[in-house]
Amino acid sequence: MQKNDNNLNRHTISILVENRAGVLARIAGLFARRGYNIDSLAVGVTDDESVSRITIVAQGSGYTLEQIEKQLNKLIDVIKVKTLSSGRLTSRELLLIKVHANAQQRAEIMTIAEIFAAKISDMSTESITLELSANAERLANFEEILRPYGIKEIVRTGTIALEKGPSALKL
Amino acid sequence: MIFDFQYLLDFFSANGIIKSIEICTIRHRLLKVIMSKEKMTVARAMVKCLEAEGITKIFGYPGAAICPFYDEIYNSKIQHILVRHEANAGHAASGYARITGKPAVAVATSGPGATNLITAIATAYMDSIPIIFITGQVNSFQIGKDVFQEADITGAAEPFVKHSYLVKDADSVPRIFKEAFYLSQTGRPGPILIDMPFDIQKQEVAFKYPKSVDLRSYKPSTFGNKLQIKRVIEAIKNSKKPLICVGGGAFFSNSQDKLARFSSRCEIPVVSSLMGVSALPHTHPMNFGMLGMHGVRTANIAAKNCDLLILLGARVGDRAAAAIKESEDLKVVHIDIDPAEIGKNIDADVPVVGDLSLILDQILELAPELKHEEWVEKLNSFKIIEQCDYSDDGYVHPKLFINKLNEGLPKNSIIVSDVGQNQIWTAANLHLDGGRFLTTGGMGTMGYSLPCAIGAKSADKKAEVIVICGDGSFQMMFMELATMIQHNIDVKIILMKNNKLGMVRELQTKGYGDRQIAVCLDGSPDFIQLAKAYGISAESINENSQVEGAIKSLIESKKPYVLQVIVDENQRTIIS
Repeated sequence: MQKNDNNLNRHTISILVENRAGVLARIAGLFARRGYNIDSLAVGVTDDESVSRITIVAQGSGYTLEQIEKQLNKLIDVIKVKTLSSGRLTSRELLLIKVHANAQQRAEIMTIAEIFAAKISDMSTESITLELSANAERLANFEEILRPYGIKEIVRTGTIALEKGPSALKL
Repeated sequence: MIFDFQYLLDFFSANGIIKSIEICTIRHRLLKVIMSKEKMTVARAMVKCLEAEGITKIFGYPGAAICPFYDEIYNSKIQHILVRHEANAGHAASGYARITGKPAVAVATSGPGATNLITAIATAYMDSIPIIFITGQVNSFQIGKDVFQEADITGAAEPFVKHSYLVKDADSVPRIFKEAFYLSQTGRPGPILIDMPFDIQKQEVAFKYPKSVDLRSYKPSTFGNKLQIKRVIEAIKNSKKPLICVGGGAFFSNSQDKLARFSSRCEIPVVSSLMGVSALPHTHPMNFGMLGMHGVRTANIAAKNCDLLILLGARVGDRAAAAIKESEDLKVVHIDIDPAEIGKNIDADVPVVGDLSLILDQILELAPELKHEEWVEKLNSFKIIEQCDYSDDGYVHPKLFINKLNEGLPKNSIIVSDVGQNQIWTAANLHLDGGRFLTTGGMGTMGYSLPCAIGAKSADKKAEVIVICGDGSFQMMFMELATMIQHNIDVKIILMKNNKLGMVRELQTKGYGDRQIAVCLDGSPDFIQLAKAYGISAESINENSQVEGAIKSLIESKKPYVLQVIVDENQRTIIS
């Protein structure tokens, strides 16, 4: 029945919610039962302790995005929903990566870390743990370059994002 | 705080700052403050909350985890109607809420009691009915330990509630009840669940019922955007073949009269969704019946040929939307309280979000008198109906039956249909002038009608309340005959018996080469004997010639009554 808009785009949705138990379950459940996929999810409290900010990256058509926004707005605990326009946002993820590093490899890896402005957060005789905060593409690049050394373990947070310029998502 | 106050008083008097007579006045005021925050158990506070909301009847089924609450109901004036299955408490509350226009209350215990409620919760959600569901829960310190009769009901019901609360501290109870009642009846109405752990019901709380709610995240719109209203008026002026499609929203906003005025003034024909049946009196010249997959022919022709479709409080579910042909030439005005419904099932050219009643006021302020004679005449010409074959063949023809019922019904009757062929026969042929047609149009829950009718009759003792169901749905709910008898709720039942799950049989006939499976109801009891076992008068008819007399006996009976109507198992749903 709807106009055809099947172009799947990646959307970064910022949601201000009441900082209460069960809110995340409600939002995650809504995505699941309405058939929207979540690519990444990050939650944290804002400067107002009673408010949390959830950042969700999701794929979908224009129709899906409109429905996501409207359905989110229907949840009583959701205070505000905004889809950040893709060209005008600063987004970051945090990556922790533990790679194989014997004495010979250590210097090489540290050079790579330096180029990417990654921090060294831990070191042992056979490993180095690096920490890097960047956008998703840069993290993927970093990971690729470290892969030949042998990735022992990797963990990354969901994307967090703010719009560029002076406008702000506030209550 | 009270101690501080006492200390201050002593300090002031000891220092001669205030005189003793003043102390007396202050003490008196202080006492008033303390009195207004009376200490009591949470269970008692729950009952107080219900009383503060004007609740006089609740529907429920007790159990261990909700006992403290029931013990306080014992002390109160609230009447408890004991159903025979928890889901039916919810459906009865649905009927009650639909007739009173206010939130109703259904109560169950923890675990299986709560999970039995889920179908009723989901039904209320789909049909947008304001109900407060209260469930007992195991002790708060035992939650998550899988103790006896524990179920995560707020989790399980999450997809079907407007909002839910798992109560974690006693002090929040008055606020939660206030919010629950507010949320359920404002904006798009819906069910609210309050899950109440056993230990918390027994804790003490300083009770003070809040006067207002403070929800920064919930601000439903009321009036329609002025610019959009102007666009609606423009669209009406530019249309040659306008059509109104009214849904259940007309009842929730109580705007039936305004709808009648609007359609008369602009001469716009009105069709309805299943939930909107009876919003406009049958005698109203602009009423053209129900549209959709199972709708009447004229309504569907109107929907296919109009150039402007005005949706009033109708979400247009898939079965109604099927009747609408979207094209470049068709303009759609969609007026709804829920912004999420606009553009969901049908694209809207002019969306208006807000309360239908207020928006109709806004429209009526600007709408000019218009004529669409040609269009109305054309639609009227389709109203001429082919005659059915009403020859006697050992069965009652359902259409003839509903037509005769139309003639026999007193004014302001409430007709509750179940789900299946009986629902369509009724919705498509029922002519009500005043009164209500109730059914579950959104969820389509079998076994809804009798408990719903019990709720409706409890809300309006004077109205004639009649259930129309099939032998399939009857067997999902006949335990509630006992509820009727126990509480003197005189509901009458028309049981259309064809020994089949007729709607599914029809699907199998049409879509599966008549390979009928699992639709035969052999093994059913003798329903007349069954009714008599409950002490209910009953009659069975199987000839068209018996219909008039049987309807007369049904209407004239002052007591509950079961009329079994034998219908041909091969009868179709769509009967012209």
